Amino acid sequence: MKTAERQFTTISGVPVEPVYGPEHLRDVDPLRDIGSPGEFPYTRGIHRDMYRGKLWTMRQFSGFATPEETNRRYHYLLAQGQTGLSVAFDLPTLMGYDAGHPLSEGEVGKCGASVCSLEDMEILFRGIPLGDVTVSMTINSPASILWAMYLAVAEQQGVDWKRLSGTLQNDILKEYIAQKEYIFPPRPSMRLVTDTIEFGAHHTPRFNPISISGYHIREAGSTAVQELAFTLRDGIEYVDWALERGLAIDDFAPRLSFFFNAHSDFFEEIAKYRAARKIWAYVMRDRYGAASERSMKLRFHAQTAGCSLTWQQPYNNVVRTALQAMAAVLGGAQSLHTNSLDEAYALPSEQAVTIALRTQQVLAYESGVANAADPLGGSYLLEKLTLDTEAAANDYIGRIDRMGGMISAIEAGFPQSEIASASYRYQTEVESGERTIVGVNRFQSDDQPIDLLQVDETSAQHQEQKLAALKQRRSQAAVTKALDALKRAAEGIENTMPYLLDAVRSYATLGEICDALRGVFGTYQETTHL
Amino acid sequence: MSRPIRVLVAKPGLDGHDRGAKIIARALRDAGMEVIYTGLRQTPEMIVNAALQEDVQVIGLSILSGAHNAIVPRVLELLREKDMMDVMLIVGGIIPDEDAEALKKQGVAAVFQPGASLDAIVTFIRSGVPVS
Repeated sequence: MKTAERQFTTISGVPVEPVYGPEHLRDVDPLRDIGSPGEFPYTRGIHRDMYRGKLWTMRQFSGFATPEETNRRYHYLLAQGQTGLSVAFDLPTLMGYDAGHPLSEGEVGKCGASVCSLEDMEILFRGIPLGDVTVSMTINSPASILWAMYLAVAEQQGVDWKRLSGTLQNDILKEYIAQKEYIFPPRPSMRLVTDTIEFGAHHTPRFNPISISGYHIREAGSTAVQELAFTLRDGIEYVDWALERGLAIDDFAPRLSFFFNAHSDFFEEIAKYRAARKIWAYVMRDRYGAASERSMKLRFHAQTAGCSLTWQQPYNNVVRTALQAMAAVLGGAQSLHTNSLDEAYALPSEQAVTIALRTQQVLAYESGVANAADPLGGSYLLEKLTLDTEAAANDYIGRIDRMGGMISAIEAGFPQSEIASASYRYQTEVESGERTIVGVNRFQSDDQPIDLLQVDETSAQHQEQKLAALKQRRSQAAVTKALDALKRAAEGIENTMPYLLDAVRSYATLGEICDALRGVFGTYQETTHL
Repeated sequence: MSRPIRVLVAKPGLDGHDRGAKIIARALRDAGMEVIYTGLRQTPEMIVNAALQEDVQVIGLSILSGAHNAIVPRVLELLREKDMMDVMLIVGGIIPDEDAEALKKQGVAAVFQPGASLDAIVTFIRSGVPVS
């Protein structure tokens, strides 16, 4: 193809010029607009010495089959030098159903670990000292219930909640926008999220009660700018609700954390992380009047892009993941998950997840990219991309403000349709060959089969038996009493966390607790936007 | 002019990852077919009833969660019960090779795995549905 005809764009479709120079940054005051690492607006990172002080946390998302199986995998990962845990729950758990519910058929233990009661949570963390290991939990609609179980396990281990460090995903807005694992309608869901933020501000000063997530928005097919804008606008919505609850901005904003995708377009991704920090710093300072620097510093976890992994020639995924991980590190991530080469097929095998972890260790200890803060700062291309990304994201944020906020925008189907259109546009570019996917639409060859993790098909049966035995053993009177109290609290305006803690301590199951809340809040059905 | 092919795109199970289902629905529509998208969390019963009411010639199931071995046989069973075996059932998603073979033996017309092209899916449907 002749150069004149070929379009050079980022993976999100943003045009890229042949070369960048000082003329692209004419209006930029380097000190004011870019600044230094560790200083407002934190474009170049939240720490002055960045990874010299502390490397990012290597945190592989993991969970499958029963809590017993997953507990064994956690012990393995910690023994391999992983520095934090990240729990994947199965679909019934994410949707608030116990194993044995008709809708759980075929799904128990498939996409994560099955957790039906406090007993399962105790098994999941058996032998893992919660005062020393940081734990992230990917759970949204029933997040406050699973968090209550976690806090109860910490209690049993004799660990002071004030020492607990970790992250609850708990980002319901991106569920309505992208991942679609919702149970209740938006407003009661937001109330539950606000309950956790408020409870955390008082009882768990080192725990992040929410991880405001763009990852799933991107996986659903959004552009980089959409990922950034919708995520930060979600963040604004959570802040508004917490302020409405009566919290002071600097009492909870330092514990808001973020989660972004690390996709394949190297510079676009780094620009996205830098723009994220800058926009959030201004939002905190100017929109909310935050005074604490900790409120203004956007901390984020990154995960390499699952949607970029190919079924064809799966070993190429190791290379894709390494490049994406490097973008996250050069973009200043606080923690990172690297995908395994076999994840277009299944949950990762132990061998595949080990390579993924080693990829991070090679980056951290061999590549030298962690030696200096924001090593690409000052690159004409990167600074220009950062500015353009910031402007485009702020434009979207303004549009959603004018729609009356994120809940109104979701109800109007706005972010959903924007993402669906971007995803369809990308797919048609792949179809036409305009965009190359190595091994898929160019450079094809025969695939060698790889060894996959086989998830134990007896997980469902095992979980159902355990649950039946638990129901025999526990005091039914205590369960009924706790669930009744929870329902009354849910109908009123009290914080539900203390009632959820009582309910899980009585060994009420996740399904029972969610049913009680479904009875009060109702359930949500989306209008589909194609 | 012949009547356009009618397709029900369905998303069974608890999984909410609907990127693929939505892309397929749009691509089939762009190819001139009439597409009904069920939305999320449809049981096999809901899917087969919708297929009957909408009088479709094709059902496309999108499953990424690994629950296909529980869901797809149940859909086939219901199609058989309702005497609807003339409806073409195709499945797309993360379906391992050996499962794909087994599903085809049970009556699934085609299984499209990750990386399958939209064009291949459109062509397959057109070649398999009699023009009316």
